[in-house]
Amino acid sequence: MTRNDIIEKVNTLLSEEFEVDSALFTPDANVRDTLSLDSLSLVDLVALIQHTYKIKIPVTDLRNIHTFTDLYDYIESHLPNE
Amino acid sequence: MERRVVITGMGIWSCLGTTLNDVSNALYTGKSGIVFSRARKDAGFRSALCASVERPDLKPFVSRNLRQFMPEEAQYAYMATRAALEHARLDQDYIDHHEVGIIYGNDSVAESTMRSLDNFREYKDTSACGSGAIFQSMNSTVTMNLACLFRLKGINLTSSAACASGSQSVGLAYLLIRDGLQDCIVCGGAQEANLYGVAAFDGIQSFSTREDAPEKASRPFDADRDGLVPGGGAATLIVESYEHALKRGAPILAEIVSWGFSGNGDHISTPNVEGPVRSLELCLQHGGVTPQQIGYVNAHATSTRIGDAREAQAIARVFGDYRVPVTSTKSQTGHEMWMAGASELIYSILMMKNGFIAGNINFERPDENTACLYILPETREIGFDMFLSNSFGFGGTNSTLIVRNL
Repeated sequence: MTRNDIIEKVNTLLSEEFEVDSALFTPDANVRDTLSLDSLSLVDLVALIQHTYKIKIPVTDLRNIHTFTDLYDYIESHLPNE
Repeated sequence: MERRVVITGMGIWSCLGTTLNDVSNALYTGKSGIVFSRARKDAGFRSALCASVERPDLKPFVSRNLRQFMPEEAQYAYMATRAALEHARLDQDYIDHHEVGIIYGNDSVAESTMRSLDNFREYKDTSACGSGAIFQSMNSTVTMNLACLFRLKGINLTSSAACASGSQSVGLAYLLIRDGLQDCIVCGGAQEANLYGVAAFDGIQSFSTREDAPEKASRPFDADRDGLVPGGGAATLIVESYEHALKRGAPILAEIVSWGFSGNGDHISTPNVEGPVRSLELCLQHGGVTPQQIGYVNAHATSTRIGDAREAQAIARVFGDYRVPVTSTKSQTGHEMWMAGASELIYSILMMKNGFIAGNINFERPDENTACLYILPETREIGFDMFLSNSFGFGGTNSTLIVRNL
């Protein structure tokens, strides 16, 4: 799975789940602001990543994910070995 | 001083339609909302019969993050409540500046509870349940969602009383308004229509198995009835004091004359005659109404052998020699359960306003227990100005409301 594959899939999933146009998902855009995530709906982001990639994002790591680039990086670096 | 209590708005989302006009026409023409569900059969249901209820699309009205908190029945209830508020000419600005409450009937949220716990079990992680799971899985999900979405600041209460939930919600609202504790309350009942909500009900062999003729399956009081057919949706009534309605220039549809209730204190699923009799008698007594003043009885009758027989005996005992017209609209809708007490008030008010009594479809001949009633098998253009509506539930909870035309 290439980084571009991750970006494409994550953007599609986030756009469908949070009903936001993926054109807004620029690398430096803030994930919480762009997706209108509050403390509750942030849980859905965690569940979506877990469901799709079998990656659990602990709260401590979540605090360090600000931009879409941060999110792609986190997924890429935590993908289970195939 | 006791205040008069009136109904000023109605909204419904049912297998008979999603507008009052469509539902009224469906009642008049004897339309059945019952279908055969391949999905239920394939899933292992003994009976694959159910009401066909359209799923609403809330995207134009409610944001994604707020929809996450809404299970199926809350979505039905939202649509019904939007329509009822509009019918009652209660806009958001008025609600924002006055104390409007909500009492709504709901007694399960099976599917969304199941799905969130399935995710928890699969991933062994509570976050996998999702952000909306806790709010979706509680019986009070309808009242908590609607109270937030419509910014209701009065009483906020769920009535969980099995198949009398919707009726009890209106009865409780009636008492609070009559006694001056509230001016205006959104009332109703909601019922999930998915297969998971009634799988266990199917398991105790309560449902009709007349799968070769779905529209003939729900046949309350008929000698050949063989069980109920599950339905669903939501029904909302706006209930307020007469003075409050007059003051804000609301359309006044009908008056709630009285509420009667009782418990059987008996078997968990088998009803008796004495409990319902007390509910009916108390309702008449509280309202100072004689049986002869009642022009129509909307029966609880669900198409089960014992339930219909016991209710027939109860009505006959209370009404004596007076042959009051009786029908069960469940012959058309199936059993709308937590929603039924509210939806059947709306069905009856639509009939009262339009000068007809919808026939108890599929009633072909009575048995020895139901022959005591004057059941109308076909729609008749009979005017009436006061009706009585019964709702009974598991555990022996009984609720009776009397409503009159205004």
